[in-house]
Amino acid sequence: MSFYNCYEKFKNFDYDSFFEKVTESDILRILNKNKIDQYEFLALLSPVAENFLEEMAQRANILSLQHFGKAILLFTPMYLANHCINQCAYCGYNINNNIKRKKLTLEEIEKEAIAIASTGLRHILILTGESPKDTPLSYIIEAVKILKKYFDSIGIELYPMTEDEYKKIIEAGVDSLTIYQEVYDEEIYDRVHISGPKKDYHFRLDTPERGCMAKMRNVNIGALLGLNEWRREAFLTGLHADYLQNKYPDVAISISPPRIRPHAGCFEDVYPVTDKNLVQYMLALRIFLPYLGITISTRESAGLRDNLIPLGVTKMSAGVSTEVGGHSTDDKGEGQFEISDIRSVEEVKEAILSKGYQPIFKDWMHI
Amino acid sequence: MDKLVIGGVELKSRLLIGTGKFSSKKIIPDVIKSCETQVVTMALRRVDLKAKEENLLEYIPKDIILLPNTSGARNAEEAVRIARLARAMGCGNWIKIEVISDNKYLLPDNQETIKATEILAKEGFVVLPYMSPDLMAAKRLVEAGAAAVMPLGAPIGTNRGIKTKELVQILIDEIDLPIIVDAGIGRPSEAAEAMEMGAEAVLVNTAIATANDPVNMAKAFSFAVKAGRIAYLSKLGPTKQYAQASSPLTGFLNEGEL
Repeated sequence: MSFYNCYEKFKNFDYDSFFEKVTESDILRILNKNKIDQYEFLALLSPVAENFLEEMAQRANILSLQHFGKAILLFTPMYLANHCINQCAYCGYNINNNIKRKKLTLEEIEKEAIAIASTGLRHILILTGESPKDTPLSYIIEAVKILKKYFDSIGIELYPMTEDEYKKIIEAGVDSLTIYQEVYDEEIYDRVHISGPKKDYHFRLDTPERGCMAKMRNVNIGALLGLNEWRREAFLTGLHADYLQNKYPDVAISISPPRIRPHAGCFEDVYPVTDKNLVQYMLALRIFLPYLGITISTRESAGLRDNLIPLGVTKMSAGVSTEVGGHSTDDKGEGQFEISDIRSVEEVKEAILSKGYQPIFKDWMHI
Repeated sequence: MDKLVIGGVELKSRLLIGTGKFSSKKIIPDVIKSCETQVVTMALRRVDLKAKEENLLEYIPKDIILLPNTSGARNAEEAVRIARLARAMGCGNWIKIEVISDNKYLLPDNQETIKATEILAKEGFVVLPYMSPDLMAAKRLVEAGAAAVMPLGAPIGTNRGIKTKELVQILIDEIDLPIIVDAGIGRPSEAAEAMEMGAEAVLVNTAIATANDPVNMAKAFSFAVKAGRIAYLSKLGPTKQYAQASSPLTGFLNEGEL
């Protein structure tokens, strides 16, 4: 059994006629329930539910306080390389894009680590494009060994790997895996992933599960919002998280709701996702899966990020550079996308405190 | 009030508090002061010895007994490793075992908890295991060398009160170690209820940390715990199904033939 079986159930689902039938009293009834099912989750993602965002926010706020308290974990990504053999229509690293490519040497990784650690951050997420020739597993493991000296938690957002490869990477000191499906709709997936290994929908879809089987502590999934009608992608992301949480209860599952940002190369075929849509997505998720982690990146603006804090965010990136070597070198590789919240770690920390929440720098340790 | 003894240490306060979920670490010293707690738990994984301002330990007065917990451990082996790290980091030899391999409800794994308790008790730790209230598991924790048993009142963070009342009562009646109700207590009246039942202490975190005024809420909990303990020691009157009038209408029947 794979999540694909769950996906198939909804492959030809008539979302529009489902949404048409949702009534205001349905939403009120759902908001008074203790535990909601898949269809009730979908109803909370409906256009009708937009009239109840405040009620949903109140409920989501209480659930978040109960389960996570007034605490927001901070982390930052570190881009190790931007070499990529994939041709993805929406990504700056696209093999056909004429950008400056760079791969950090081990010495540069250490320099970058020192620069990031000096801001107080203890959780790091390392990223590369997909290029087994430039950034093979052995390179990643060497990088992790260096980073372990400076950070208490290391996450990876790399290309999909096998279960055995994940086991090796965990052994080296990684505890968290982030892997986005980008788009759950199989046809759109095929269209936007023009060439390269990423074209394999099934291998990517099962990647979070391979991470769970390898005993990652945290697995973070998500859809890149804008590639398809957001309500459908939000729904399928929620189902995927629920599937993983039920099957692998020892893994902490979280989601990110990234929206497409400007990047090198151009991709015009973007579905709109407003701030209001993003909020509805987060609230519906929190009510459907009260124990789910929710990560908000610097793709979103400072003002919006601050306002999202009480709605169920558990983790935020801060002091971000998406450029390879962006924290410590002048000779940087081009970024994956433009960030929106450019505040420093200290500024983000102060903003969280002023919202009445505690910024957490360390929530794990190598054991 | 009578004293609570855990691991050979006499405690005046029967309220233990947690340090997670607060809006700021800076408020923690005031919370500790206002409720006069003597034992404070914290997730070892959040302790950062490298960063002074961000180090939770800096906010806990030196005369407080630290009760590091093994939150994050998915099995006995990981709990044991975290406990040893805690001791090596200078957090003393008290340890609260939390083994949770269910990220959906955060319910403890009793079997792994028993294993970890046995190993750590032998190594000289004062072990306080957090558990789902189950009599046989509690008996095994006693055999394993626990210093107290900490059953949950409701799933952690839910503030729903002592939903496991019947089972916790059995532990109070049958287990010779102090029973400390941990998790689920959402309001001072529920802390008082646990104490009236005969619990030796309660551990509260979410209800204090997420209150609008955590310092005063901590004080309210402290009063409630004291009231509940005094009520327990004073032996509550029996409860009855029907009202009992002070001037009964059928009293004449007992007075013999007129």
